[in-house]
Amino acid sequence: MNPAAIAVQEVSFAYEEAAVLEGISFRVEEGDYFVIIGPNGSGKTTLLKLLCGLLKPRAGSIRLFGAPLSRRRRKALARLAALVPQAASAEAPFRVEEFVLLGRAPHQGLLGLETPEDLAIAREAMAFTGTAHLASRRLDRLSGGERQRVLIARAVCQRPRILLLDEPTAYLDLAHQAQIMDLMEALRAERGVTVVLVSHDVNLAAMYASRMLLLAAGRILAAGPPGEVIAKGPLEAAYGCPLAVETTPGGVPRVSLVPNGRRPAGRPPPGVREVRP
Amino acid sequence: MRTPLPIARILRVKALLLPVFAAALLAGLAWGSGGGGPGALWRSIAGLPLEDSVLADIFWKIRLPRVLLAALTGAVLSLGGLVFQALLRNPLAEPYILGISGGAAIGAILGILAGLPRFPWGSLAAFAGAMGTVGLLALFSSWRTGLGKDALLLSGVMINAFCGAVILFLISVTSDVRLFNILSWLMGDLSLAAMEQVALLAAVTAVSAAALFFLSHGMNLILLGRDTALSLGVRLEALTWVLLAVTSLMVGVSVSLCGLLGFVGLVMPHLMRLLFGPDHRVLVPACVLGGGAYMIFCDLLARILPRQGEMPVGVVTALIGAPAFIFLLRRAAR
Repeated sequence: MNPAAIAVQEVSFAYEEAAVLEGISFRVEEGDYFVIIGPNGSGKTTLLKLLCGLLKPRAGSIRLFGAPLSRRRRKALARLAALVPQAASAEAPFRVEEFVLLGRAPHQGLLGLETPEDLAIAREAMAFTGTAHLASRRLDRLSGGERQRVLIARAVCQRPRILLLDEPTAYLDLAHQAQIMDLMEALRAERGVTVVLVSHDVNLAAMYASRMLLLAAGRILAAGPPGEVIAKGPLEAAYGCPLAVETTPGGVPRVSLVPNGRRPAGRPPPGVREVRP
Repeated sequence: MRTPLPIARILRVKALLLPVFAAALLAGLAWGSGGGGPGALWRSIAGLPLEDSVLADIFWKIRLPRVLLAALTGAVLSLGGLVFQALLRNPLAEPYILGISGGAAIGAILGILAGLPRFPWGSLAAFAGAMGTVGLLALFSSWRTGLGKDALLLSGVMINAFCGAVILFLISVTSDVRLFNILSWLMGDLSLAAMEQVALLAAVTAVSAAALFFLSHGMNLILLGRDTALSLGVRLEALTWVLLAVTSLMVGVSVSLCGLLGFVGLVMPHLMRLLFGPDHRVLVPACVLGGGAYMIFCDLLARILPRQGEMPVGVVTALIGAPAFIFLLRRAAR
């Protein structure tokens, strides 16, 4: 059996005294479309940062393709795993092409002098993400959807085997959300890149993921194919509110909120003015 | 599409700015209160006899060290601003922002009050003050969990404010002629340039600028934010300390020799960025040449504008710098 792309074993982490993750273990196989879901503060982003070496676990081990993450040098790690952070800072006045080229840094020397090959890889990454036409635009003048695709192009240009993304669809409209998720599927299917992404959108995740992980209060509540993770029991335990789960005609599980008992039936939710005839 | 390869861009920017720098250098030598002019300077360079034999001494013994000192200080302060703007990811950062100026000023004022000769002892006291600030900065940020830009900025601003209070205190208890010496140092002064000073600053500047050039791509990556920079393989902690150390050293030496020259470090990096884009591999050489030329030009104005005597060059850099900065802000906002 091939070593897993990511093997996490008994990993714990804490900021100062507050425990964030407690004894987490799971595997991500090569070529997985792996989505981590869970409520706010459940440790999703922390987990992502641990997976690319931005944070070091207090206990436990993380292996990437069989080798311990802690033994890899930072630059070698950067050739293996790329990160698209949440709300990545895009205030620097770089042009899109310059910005995407910065993704070559882990493959270059100290001065990052680009070769024609680097430039070809950057242009290819822009073509793949549909951002080639933006090449000479300034990064801070793009729309939300364009910017997110450029941030992903930068990570694709890094030519990683694992791509980690923190809420890449946040603040995007429905069409752009689907566009980003499709792009990740293409990356996985055409290039064999292992995609790991954190999402708040449980239903969107269920439509695309090959495997999912449900995190709550630093522990794993469910892991496996979407059909197993998107279930009433674990989801209600994680989010602490009544939920309904159904299966769409396409066979994808769907979650929806059930209005809870604290709000009297017939009364509109707070903030909505009732209109009487 | 722009030229893609950075070497070509660096050479192009150098080719553009070198003539500007050379012109500033020649103008700085040619004009001044002692007379001269381009014709006489040319005769002196070509080895032809001069009508006034004193002019040769004025050109090469008085103006040359001064012009060189101005160029080096301009280069150092522009580079300092460039580094701190990247490091703190704050466009308002300038080379004095972390309190290097405050520490140096306290050192210099104590030196003046103790009646030490300005060079080398006064400069050494100022330099010791600047390095004292860096030491405090290192101490404070080691107390905190990381060397984040906000932790650095907060500690620096605090140290600077405290130094400001100490400076005012020292000034308020001084009443004699030493007060004038303190104030003229605070406003920045290039008039006492000697070749030993120039040689010292030249050596420090050459080493620092070379170091910063090799770290310039790292500064590009810092601009992407902490998480992205780390995930691209940057050793952020080490890079931050080296940048801080190199910058503090060269700015400390410059401040101890020439006093506080404001606005150069704030305005020049912005101007260069506006002209040549945000790539630090281009901006480092651009700031050396552009900052040098700008300071020579300001010093020239400080020497020839007043009817008699001269004004502190810090007044000129601020008088030009402040409106220029507002103009740049307006352009950048569009």
